[in-house]
Amino acid sequence: MSAPEPRAARHLLSVADLDAAAVRRILDTAVEMQEVQRRQVKKIPTLRGRTVINLFFEDSTRTRSSFEIAGKWMSADTINITGKGSSTSKGESLRDTALTIAAMGVDAIVMRHGASGAAHQVARWLDELGTGTSVVNAGDGTHEHPTQALLDAYTVERRLGSLDGRHVAIVGDVTHSRVFRSNLLSLAMLGAQVTVVAPPTLMPSGASAWAERDGFTLSHDLDAVLAGEVAGGVPDVLMMLRVQRERMSGGYFPTPREYTIGYGLTRDRLAAFTAASPHGVICHPGPMNRGLEIAADAADAASSLVLDQVSAGVAVRMSVLYHLLASEEGASA
Amino acid sequence: MADMPRPDSTIDAREVLSESDIARALKRIAHEVLEQSRGADDLVILGIPTRGVELARRLAALITEIEGREVLAGSLDVTMYRDDLRAQPTRAAQETQIPGGGVDGLVVVLVDDVLYSGRTVRAALDALADYGRPRAVRLAVLVDRGHRELPIRADHVGKNLPTSHSERVSVRLRGYDDEADSVTISGGAR
Repeated sequence: MSAPEPRAARHLLSVADLDAAAVRRILDTAVEMQEVQRRQVKKIPTLRGRTVINLFFEDSTRTRSSFEIAGKWMSADTINITGKGSSTSKGESLRDTALTIAAMGVDAIVMRHGASGAAHQVARWLDELGTGTSVVNAGDGTHEHPTQALLDAYTVERRLGSLDGRHVAIVGDVTHSRVFRSNLLSLAMLGAQVTVVAPPTLMPSGASAWAERDGFTLSHDLDAVLAGEVAGGVPDVLMMLRVQRERMSGGYFPTPREYTIGYGLTRDRLAAFTAASPHGVICHPGPMNRGLEIAADAADAASSLVLDQVSAGVAVRMSVLYHLLASEEGASA
Repeated sequence: MADMPRPDSTIDAREVLSESDIARALKRIAHEVLEQSRGADDLVILGIPTRGVELARRLAALITEIEGREVLAGSLDVTMYRDDLRAQPTRAAQETQIPGGGVDGLVVVLVDDVLYSGRTVRAALDALADYGRPRAVRLAVLVDRGHRELPIRADHVGKNLPTSHSERVSVRLRGYDDEADSVTISGGAR
């Protein structure tokens, strides 16, 4: 065929690389991938002979290990490289590190980096050289974390059936959250209504224009949102964001205690949410600051999907690797 | 798996199996399966998506009716085991559903609509091995159109249909296609 292949087929840098049909395809395949997770012998031959490098310049437990497990269960060879302990600590540039790895003939680089846009940059360098290596963004600064958004959507859909018409409240450190930015895109594609709740200091500048353009609601009052006093009514999903103290130079809120009083999912708020939204669920991308943005009671509540999210992470990443790497023809129906 | 319909497939299509032909073929296959396995003990019928699943469901229902005891049907997706993954655009995986959760010690009857190169069956055998060790595996197909590329043959065949490579065989099943059951053949040299 003469039709050009969609560029999105090679890399997953942003949820915006996908359309609604591609998101659906990834989520549907993930359902079948989760079946592999329940087998006695967790191994399928799908990516036999493929090599996936996890290149992580920031700390990670669940993302890195779930990408590694996902690759291994599909018979790909997976290798982990961390910023510490690699030639980066000898002063090698990101470009040289990426080109070195690609020159070894790997099929994909799963990359986490502290700088927003790092994965895009690496993908562009590799495309210029025509290496054919796929890049998967596993978190770049405060920009995006597409596989997290996909697994959040997957987890909620498994519990609630569909996200279409559901009301999702995203609460917390919005400014520093790449999880928030990716989720905003995927939730819109899946038809959910979104309310963003944050203290004024942690709301990104220009948020009101952004909200107007993309059709979500802003609020500084978590209790009002939980009571359903915003468009969309009582939320079906509470997505709590981690307070990213490592990205803060101070001054965003006076004390942790004050943050918890205003924006934490405390025991009292959990009770209010459970009463107002009996089927409602709670998500957190982890790692959790228990007692800061989420109380232990909420993290361990029956409505908490935190561990389901971790479990879904492997299945969704298997699906992403399958759709990116299995074919040399790109994705189709 | 059967070929996907093409816009021109109806132009010179001729029907080779009608609804009643398909019903009779399945009934015969049900009896053959029972005869070969000497009854319905430890029998499980697994369809290969997509239309094999509907055929497996029907076959299990027929065997259940004949024997008077329930024989279970399920599905076995082979997408992740195909040997042409690199050359094809990726497809979404279909459902695998093994009744009772395992196949150890059972007689598994794999069901597909069209047997052609044999590569789908090869993938199905690999997939099945990851679920356990059946006592025996049999293969039932509605149509065998020849042109095998692997040493694989069917135990039970609805109809042997000699075809050329350029012809297309398309299977339609009520319950899956929202049309009457039929097998048609189209294309080929004129």
